[in-house]
Amino acid sequence: MRFVFKTSYDQELGLFRDNVQRNWYVALLGALVVLPRLLPDYTSDISLVFIYGLCGLSLMVLAGYTGLVSLGHAAFLGIGAYTHVYLMHDLGLPWIVSVAVACVVTGAVGVVVGLPALRMTGVYLTIATLAFALIIQEVFARWDRVTGGLKGKPVDKPVLFGVSFASDLAFYFLCLAVLIGGLWLTANLLRAPTGRAWVAIRDSEIAAQSMGVNLAVYKTMAFAYSAALMGLAGALFAHKIGFLAPDIFSVLLSIQLLLMVVVGGLGSLHGAMYGAVFVAILPVLISQARDAVPAFVAAALAPLGKDAAHGAFGLVDRFVKQPGLEPGLFGLILVLFILFEPLGIYGRWAKIKLYFSLFPLYKRATFRRQKAYMRSERLR
Amino acid sequence: MTILEADGLAINFGGIAALAGVSFAVEAGEVMTIIGPNGAGKTTIFNLVSRIYEPSRGRLRFCGEDITRVPPHDVARRGIARTFQNIELFEHATVLQNLLLGRHAHKRSRFLEELLFLPRVRALELAHREAAEKVIDFLDLQPYRDSLVVNLPYGVRKVVEMGRALCTEPKLILLDEPSSGLSVEETEDMAFWIQDIRTLLGITVLMVEHDMSLVSAVSDRVVALNYGRLIAVGTPREVQDHPDVVKAYLGA
Repeated sequence: MRFVFKTSYDQELGLFRDNVQRNWYVALLGALVVLPRLLPDYTSDISLVFIYGLCGLSLMVLAGYTGLVSLGHAAFLGIGAYTHVYLMHDLGLPWIVSVAVACVVTGAVGVVVGLPALRMTGVYLTIATLAFALIIQEVFARWDRVTGGLKGKPVDKPVLFGVSFASDLAFYFLCLAVLIGGLWLTANLLRAPTGRAWVAIRDSEIAAQSMGVNLAVYKTMAFAYSAALMGLAGALFAHKIGFLAPDIFSVLLSIQLLLMVVVGGLGSLHGAMYGAVFVAILPVLISQARDAVPAFVAAALAPLGKDAAHGAFGLVDRFVKQPGLEPGLFGLILVLFILFEPLGIYGRWAKIKLYFSLFPLYKRATFRRQKAYMRSERLR
Repeated sequence: MTILEADGLAINFGGIAALAGVSFAVEAGEVMTIIGPNGAGKTTIFNLVSRIYEPSRGRLRFCGEDITRVPPHDVARRGIARTFQNIELFEHATVLQNLLLGRHAHKRSRFLEELLFLPRVRALELAHREAAEKVIDFLDLQPYRDSLVVNLPYGVRKVVEMGRALCTEPKLILLDEPSSGLSVEETEDMAFWIQDIRTLLGITVLMVEHDMSLVSAVSDRVVALNYGRLIAVGTPREVQDHPDVVKAYLGA
């Protein structure tokens, strides 16, 4: 057990619980700085993890903290990406201005999408955002003059204040810096009244309202902030993939983003980061499984004879190489996490940590979900 | 001085008149209790005052101002705080965070300041924290400050919810069945706190309560409702002995 002696109110307003925790974060930052030296081949892939981290942050604010689940966040990512690329290439704005404008534009679209959200709750809102994403994807495909339509649009490497970030290493640090910035801003909001109001809306709208929270304003604000972060991620994402096409920002990507926050753990910034790592690694695992599983099945059936093994190989091979398998797998993982670990990887980590700090006195019942007391039915 | 005045308050849910023209006035500095059998319209009055329901007819005046049409989130800022019959706390937040949300009506910081967590935001947060700590001291919530609400027993949640309402620094506090689900000792504590809220903090109390011993112990005046109509007003003794009230509770 580690004891933190709280001696001033100021101490609890800090970003870190205590110096020990801060030192761990400094150590993590140090590790991330030297990581590209250790894994030079993966530098570009890790910068994608950082971009996913920003996306996770964005959706975490909306779904994890405000309780508004969106299945349309790929559209915000796309709007950020296309706006940034259009401003940078076609209008020739400097990188930093273009990114800032892309954030503002995406945030403004977030407000527009957020407005109907004031009247819709739960699954209806989710479906509305899904519809929004489909419409936006269509816009990407048809608005040739700006988006390049179905032909797509190539993206140059970022140039910031005359310094080129063309190399993987430079881009890696750019993404890392932006992610840390995004984390800092979000953590600031969450320890201020705005963040508390968001959590209040998530847990009880009726009580939040009675305490003076203007639901319309704060829900719209959550949508706008989330969208703006997504726009920021989109600008980096455009550089990362190097080529924009409408089918990148599909519903599948939206599901993947949602998967990220649910698997990571709703309601914690750590969760968003764990989820980002998970979602970045998942496709690698899937593609490896695609190659390995048919051979594995064939080897397992080998004692039954060559024909059986060969037949099984063909069958399994055809099954795993079907194009629609990935979204199904994402959905399955999502369902399994919601059923067995609703707090996600972060929740699992918290349990492991508690197990060791209380050893040998850990009780499984600590985390058992209690029966919820009756909420006031009369107000619905 | 009258702090809250209801004038011919009426509301219909479909064909049912939950309230059919109720008028009463709460005087500043008193503890007033609304009693009545189930479905009499007690909580409906609370929901009308906190503007969750739209009245079909009638007027509400608070401190001389008409609040019949103000938006629900503006009620707290004007000085009315409430608790809920079935506890509406933010369950996945700590007690302290719940109390701090009670300070929302006193929010002074702007979005951009908060985004950068400027020194002004920090200073305001410290002020909010001190206000919340005063309530924690007042209600003896020190042991629970950092516990999540989900992990707290029912009795403590009731107190936390009252604390959250007190954090808004209201002029009028609405307590919806403060003693429901509490043990005898907890109800006794509640009686003391209700008196202290009135005498030490100078807050007017309007409550809905079924426990008549608590009602008689703390209320100055009692309003009795039945089927959305007011049937008696007066001291606890007068109302309890009123023939219409006896009839409403025991039948004809």
